Amino acid sequence: MANLMPVSKTREFDLTRDSLRDLNLFLHRRAAAEGVSRIRVQNPDGAHSIACGLDADLDVQIHGHVGYYVAGMNKHASVTVYGNAGPGAAENMMSGRVHVKGFASMGAGASAHGGLLIIDGDASLRCGISLKGADIVVGGSVGSFSAFMAQAGRMVICGDAGDALGDSLYEAVIYVRGAVRSLGADARVEAMTDLDCAAVSSLLAAAGHSHDPKEFKRIASAKNLYHWHADADQEY
Amino acid sequence: MCGIVGLLVKKAELRDQLGAMMVPMLVGMTERGPDSAGLAVYTAPVTERQCKLSLYSGEHAVDFRRLAEDLRTELGGVHELDVQGNHAVLVTESDPGQVSEWILGRVPEVAVLSVGRAIDLYKDVGAPADIARRYRFDALKGTHLVAHTRMATESAVTPAHAHPFTAGRDFCLVHNGSLSNPHLVRKHLEPLGIEFETDNDTEAACRFFEWRLREGDALETAVERGFSVLDGFYTFLMGTDQELLIVRDAFACKPAVVAESDGYVAIASEFRSLAHLPDIAHASLFEPKPEEIYTWRI
Repeated sequence: MANLMPVSKTREFDLTRDSLRDLNLFLHRRAAAEGVSRIRVQNPDGAHSIACGLDADLDVQIHGHVGYYVAGMNKHASVTVYGNAGPGAAENMMSGRVHVKGFASMGAGASAHGGLLIIDGDASLRCGISLKGADIVVGGSVGSFSAFMAQAGRMVICGDAGDALGDSLYEAVIYVRGAVRSLGADARVEAMTDLDCAAVSSLLAAAGHSHDPKEFKRIASAKNLYHWHADADQEY
Repeated sequence: MCGIVGLLVKKAELRDQLGAMMVPMLVGMTERGPDSAGLAVYTAPVTERQCKLSLYSGEHAVDFRRLAEDLRTELGGVHELDVQGNHAVLVTESDPGQVSEWILGRVPEVAVLSVGRAIDLYKDVGAPADIARRYRFDALKGTHLVAHTRMATESAVTPAHAHPFTAGRDFCLVHNGSLSNPHLVRKHLEPLGIEFETDNDTEAACRFFEWRLREGDALETAVERGFSVLDGFYTFLMGTDQELLIVRDAFACKPAVVAESDGYVAIASEFRSLAHLPDIAHASLFEPKPEEIYTWRI
């Protein structure tokens, strides 16, 4: 049988020469039509909104540090940053995979609905805030208020967590390997079940880590905030 | 939203390039602060007997040379001027408080932007690149500097509201964020005889820290006290003649990135202002953590 797979082509952008708008236009409108599936971006130099709003099965590799909102709203694509990311990396991601090889600033993976966000280094404050179904694996530690009001999805933290982890959690589950400076309102530590270990194991494998899942704690909602308690006097 | 920029060179041979290294950093923060910009540079200090004042006349046509002559006649002593358009640095052997008061009384259209032995201060309204050109920032020499691009959110766009703010001698502060209790802070400081020049929230923080310094606190101690006194959002970058300091509030909403190499410490709100620095690929990069105080000395 003849090989019907299209030949994968690579296209290179250098942001010292090419404009960010041209890069994003190419990713949105031309890449698929031209049969280009791999895009390499050189010299991002902290530019904002690189590879935002993608909606195709592209492999975008960014060599350097990026600014705000890299791979925001990502759908289907795989975006790898060989460097650090500014605020809001993979914010509101729908599917696909975003991998930050360095550290990520605040609000990484905020309100992400699906897909996998991998951060090899630390993530700053409010990582996974209002998470809506995506998975996040952080190789380092996360800052305070991470997973605040997270509704669905899973967050694996290989290092430590700051203050108020999982404050006002809904159905999202957090797994932490290191120390938690403080839990947020209504977040509690629960026993790791075999299903939790299997989930952590597969997420760690997807992110390229080899920690023992048994080293992780499970943090989930105590669900006391799900219902109004007149006697609670707003002290949870 | 605002942009902050700080640079301290660790090697004496880089002091001549301080301004040239900084200009792309400041221009890189234009989108964060397009309405005004300012800068405090710490130069080689004047002699023990001298003090210098940065003067600014804004839109007013002021004859700075005449001002210096009148100073010599009326106050006596030596007063040297270096004029750059509507900006001048006055080096004086008289008491700077007396000189400031004389200026306020005789030439009220001239603002005294800073007082000290090492600090020169520039600020104006307009795009950062224009301001950098207007005052030839690329030619500035010194050990360290603190700069700011402003997008006003809580008070007017005027040169007086532009950052850096100064108080006392050789102290300055820039701010990205907004304080929620500047009036309360001011209410505590004014009965102590501390006078304010604007209604800007940042000025309250600046005068609070400088008051603590005068009371004998080390800069770090003053900043630590600020954690329980100043409420609101802030990334503060501060300078004295000896040090550069950055601190972010507990919620750390206002970004900052530090790049440290053998030759320099460079700070900006975002990496895009650091991307063009020499040897940036080998600098160590980090984000200051909330309520942690980072200080570098010259």
